[in-house]
Amino acid sequence: MARGFGRREFLIMGSVASGSVLLKACTPGSQDSGSPSGDTIKVGILHSLSGTMAISEKSVVDAEKLAIKEINESGGVLGKQIEAVVEDGQSDWDKFSEKAKKLIDQDKVVTVFGCWTSASRKAVKPVFESKDHMLWYPVQYEGQECSKNIFYTGAAPNQQIEPSVDWLLEEYKGKPFFLVGSDYVFPRTANTIIKAQLEAKGGKVVGEEYIQLGSTDVTPVISKIQAALPEGGVIYNSLNGDTNVAFFKQLQGKGLGPDKYPSMSVSIAEEEVKAIGVEYLKDHYAAWNYFQTVDSPESTKFVEAFKKEYGDDRVVNDPMEAAYIMVYLWKQAVEQAGTADDLEKVRAAAIGQEFAAPNGPVKVAGNHHISKTVRIGKIREDGLFEIVNSTDGPVEPIAWNQFVKETKGYACDWSDPGKGEKYKK
Amino acid sequence: MLTSLFNSFFDGISIGSVLLLSALGLAVVFGLMGVINMAHGELMMLGAYTTFVVQNAFKPLGQPWFGAYIFVALIAAFLVTALLGLVLEKGVIRHLYGRPLETLLATWGVSLILQQFVRSVSWVMMLGLVVFCGFFFGAMTLLSRRSHFQRIRGWAITMLLPLSAGIAWAASSTLGQKYQLAVTKPWFGAQNVDVTAPGWLRGGIRLLGAYQMPYVRLFILSLTIICILGMYVFLQRSVWGLRIRAVTQNRSMSACLGIPTQRVDALTFALGSGLAGIAGCAVSLLGSVGPNTGQNYIVDTFMVVVVGGVGKLVGSIAAAMAIGIANYLIGANALSPLVAWFPPLANLLEFFANSSMAKVLVFALIVTFLQFRPAGMFPQKGRTVDA
Amino acid sequence: MADTSPLNAQRPRRLRQTSLMMEVGIVIVIALLILFVVPLLLTAFGQEFRINMLGRFMALAIVALGIDLIWGYTGMLSLGHGVFFSLGGYAFAMFLQLQLPEGELPEFFTLYGVTELPFFWQPFHSLPFALAALILIPALVAALLGYLVFRNRIRGVYFSILTQASLIVFFHFFNSQQELINGTNGLKTDTAKIFDVYAGSDQAQSVFYTLTVVGLVLAYGLCRWLTSGRLGKLLIAIRDDESRVRFSGYNPTGYKVLVFAVSAGLAGIAGALYTVQSGIISPKTMDIAFSIEMVIWVAVGGRASLVGAVLGALTVNFAKSILSEQFPEIWLFFQGALFLIVVTVLPGGFVGWLRTQGQDLFRSLIGRRRRLMTYPRLAEDPEVEYERQNLRN
Repeated sequence: MARGFGRREFLIMGSVASGSVLLKACTPGSQDSGSPSGDTIKVGILHSLSGTMAISEKSVVDAEKLAIKEINESGGVLGKQIEAVVEDGQSDWDKFSEKAKKLIDQDKVVTVFGCWTSASRKAVKPVFESKDHMLWYPVQYEGQECSKNIFYTGAAPNQQIEPSVDWLLEEYKGKPFFLVGSDYVFPRTANTIIKAQLEAKGGKVVGEEYIQLGSTDVTPVISKIQAALPEGGVIYNSLNGDTNVAFFKQLQGKGLGPDKYPSMSVSIAEEEVKAIGVEYLKDHYAAWNYFQTVDSPESTKFVEAFKKEYGDDRVVNDPMEAAYIMVYLWKQAVEQAGTADDLEKVRAAAIGQEFAAPNGPVKVAGNHHISKTVRIGKIREDGLFEIVNSTDGPVEPIAWNQFVKETKGYACDWSDPGKGEKYKK
Repeated sequence: MLTSLFNSFFDGISIGSVLLLSALGLAVVFGLMGVINMAHGELMMLGAYTTFVVQNAFKPLGQPWFGAYIFVALIAAFLVTALLGLVLEKGVIRHLYGRPLETLLATWGVSLILQQFVRSVSWVMMLGLVVFCGFFFGAMTLLSRRSHFQRIRGWAITMLLPLSAGIAWAASSTLGQKYQLAVTKPWFGAQNVDVTAPGWLRGGIRLLGAYQMPYVRLFILSLTIICILGMYVFLQRSVWGLRIRAVTQNRSMSACLGIPTQRVDALTFALGSGLAGIAGCAVSLLGSVGPNTGQNYIVDTFMVVVVGGVGKLVGSIAAAMAIGIANYLIGANALSPLVAWFPPLANLLEFFANSSMAKVLVFALIVTFLQFRPAGMFPQKGRTVDA
Repeated sequence: MADTSPLNAQRPRRLRQTSLMMEVGIVIVIALLILFVVPLLLTAFGQEFRINMLGRFMALAIVALGIDLIWGYTGMLSLGHGVFFSLGGYAFAMFLQLQLPEGELPEFFTLYGVTELPFFWQPFHSLPFALAALILIPALVAALLGYLVFRNRIRGVYFSILTQASLIVFFHFFNSQQELINGTNGLKTDTAKIFDVYAGSDQAQSVFYTLTVVGLVLAYGLCRWLTSGRLGKLLIAIRDDESRVRFSGYNPTGYKVLVFAVSAGLAGIAGALYTVQSGIISPKTMDIAFSIEMVIWVAVGGRASLVGAVLGALTVNFAKSILSEQFPEIWLFFQGALFLIVVTVLPGGFVGWLRTQGQDLFRSLIGRRRRLMTYPRLAEDPEVEYERQNLRN
């Protein structure tokens, strides 16, 4: 990957090739830009390029770099070129906070695009809050958070989990649910929400199991599913990463097919389907805001640009799309504010920004989340998704969940200084 | 009740057989040679990647040829990892015999390099490596023919190392600039790759009731049995097997009797690595194939060898089955119905009934077990003080 | 450089005292430099964030001292020090998490619907308890494990593997208990208040930095004291031939348990100091890789050399953060190569190299003749010198 990385840098910055490839590979974007640092705007990119999470986060970095490159080619922001400083969080939460401090204090970036897991976001949150800085976070997550310093461009639970549960209740009437998830905060909170929601709407949960992140010991869990759902039922899957591969391979081996045991996944997108193998996943469901198969001019343009940049065999997915649009949203906010350095102004300007995103029109809401369209896809023969259901228009984001007892009745609004992070409606 | 217990038993055995297959290579390397190979997991990972490559090579052939790819992959995985093991032994481990702790650290270094290698490897990098090795080792071989080689050795290395690195660097960079993405794109990348079992290995046979035994599990079970039988026959019936056993028992005596101990070492290590490759091929049918695949297995396999007793194949078999079954019974909460009459115990089992906590309990049990039998289930008998 | 020759005791008393005074002086001067001059320098160069880094790496140097104590001197390679490090870190992080108004629970509990503080959190309301716990809990765990293991005469590779197994036990436990200790996410300390200042504020951080320097000096002193004198000799004897020590009438078990516990206690202190400076402790610190990295710090610096351990921890960690900033994708190659090179080419580490080849290189550089090497270096062995002089008399 080292040299590939260099190539991308090379293409993105459009610098003249000189010296050796390795040297280039070894040089982060900052030294590569070829333009004097006086008229560039520095932004940070903070994702895991090594470790367990590298699998997912690398392609998000690709999408962010693509957006930066496109912006630079069309003249940059406020007449300046964007310069990306890439840092590796190494799938290690404490590295994330270290690197975040470094990006802010040493590189003096004006914003950071980054993080994937909730754990890494929660690790850097105090950093961004104490330094009153700005983070753009591109992944669907569990909600129950609304920081002044973070913009969330992935789905909140009411933009992914809740609609998909509603759809399942409709589609598979009367079938019991079994919840499987990785053992960390997102699946745990997601399942709390699902249980509350099912209770409110008359669904039934017969079991809830967690598997450690990165583990492939899935046999006991599959046995438990079999025991709990002898007549079939819905598997709601919030497993992350490698575990999915073992899970679906062995689910099929045990004869638990999608006809009797349909599963709804919230962390499986085009990239993951490729890695798991479509043979094991065909006819299972996933809920996202964006699929590569979304049929719109913006989507086609995004897919084509991405394939041109990184090769024809690459696919795009929802978090990549969210990462791509958040760079544009930031750019628009900076242009409206007329400055990139005064974060107070940029944050204020960001609220209300609209963008014609590949998933449909999006708008940054007062709670720093964005409104998006919700879709449910069924995995096809070719590894892409057939969209079986989609909302008519964008769904407004809700940060504090209304099904969970502790946060019921609360909301978040940063556009009104009197309301802020958490206020009672 | 009884059928479910029987089923759990069977599931446990199938987990144990995966453990055993992965531990087999380690049992040879660690058990017979006393070498701690922390890169064992990464050798498995390379076996899995070889399977991926073979699978892709077979894809254009279509059915029914594609169905047979797994057998070719097994052989290819064995050969690739055995070759790498040979290189590893000659390059690193040979210099560290008798210093197990140093070997442990060095092989850990190797494992880190291998992990990053599969992430980064691309045509450009491969070319650079080949050019570098060609120049450096070629020149060294040429020089070593000269009589005053020993005198100029240090000098030659300092000259040749940067020189060949520079040439390799320049060659790969020109190539990279000329063909761009086509050659700089990594082969595998950091993402996981997909290995799909051939059609005839999907699905399973129904046993008792709703219980289904996946074909893949049966395949791995039989593969494990074949490997063990093969190892047994090789060690007990062949000349080299005899030599390996002799060296294991008494190295200096064997050397005195004319057994080429260095070649025996190299062969044993290559064999152990090759078995890791086969195991890698097998686990690619069950789980994910990615740069981190090997990490999941390394500690478990060490436990199998240590619990079983070093240097005893039968020990490894027993230990793998015991650990596999215990892991399953605890993780799937199969035991708590049996002790339902005693709620505190049932609650305790409930607490441990998920895959993480099952690991906690199993490893705690292993640590406790080793208190009573420090040398494992089947200790090697001897009269040394270092029992 | 610390003189770790076991024969200090036999030197003339006065000479010994002078060299000891010298060493104390040097250590204090270096500590003062790190305390007052280095931060100023780093600030002047616009590298303020490196101060925090230096603080954290000095905390890691304390672990390295502990590892050197058991590996370099006593010959026990622990691959499970991450456990002790994390126990210390968690103990202090739990105390910080509880610095809340009466009746409130740490924030993460609400995510999982926990309404009552788990019982083992209760004592961590008190600062003295937390401070004692961050040393004693790791030390006691180590003593228990060590006693069981050493009593059965498990050693060498088996000891390493057993410590690794314990690491896995603790890792899975901490990682999967969301309701008890926040699982994978770990505990954060930056936003907690201690003595009415935020633990993440500059003021508190500079206090932690000072504490780390003091801790490192004290830990160095403790290890120096333990490894010189009779105990130090015994430890080296255990490393070189345990059976012989046993046959000479000593029972090595007690000594091994003692150094193992001391080493774990040091790791606990280091964990606490590291946690407050990095702002988070998570089960990641119980990763297999992290514990093996700890060993490599000592190997790079030089086994059986306390200065080496400290230097090794600082260099490797700085190299790691600088390299992974510059070459984020190929850092693992460097790290792997480091392992290989140190083990195969530099078995004595950097300090070991300085003591042997390095000195010669230096001599030849300044134009002096290389010293004649005789094996086994009788000429420079002080014990031989001493005997020669005595025999002549």
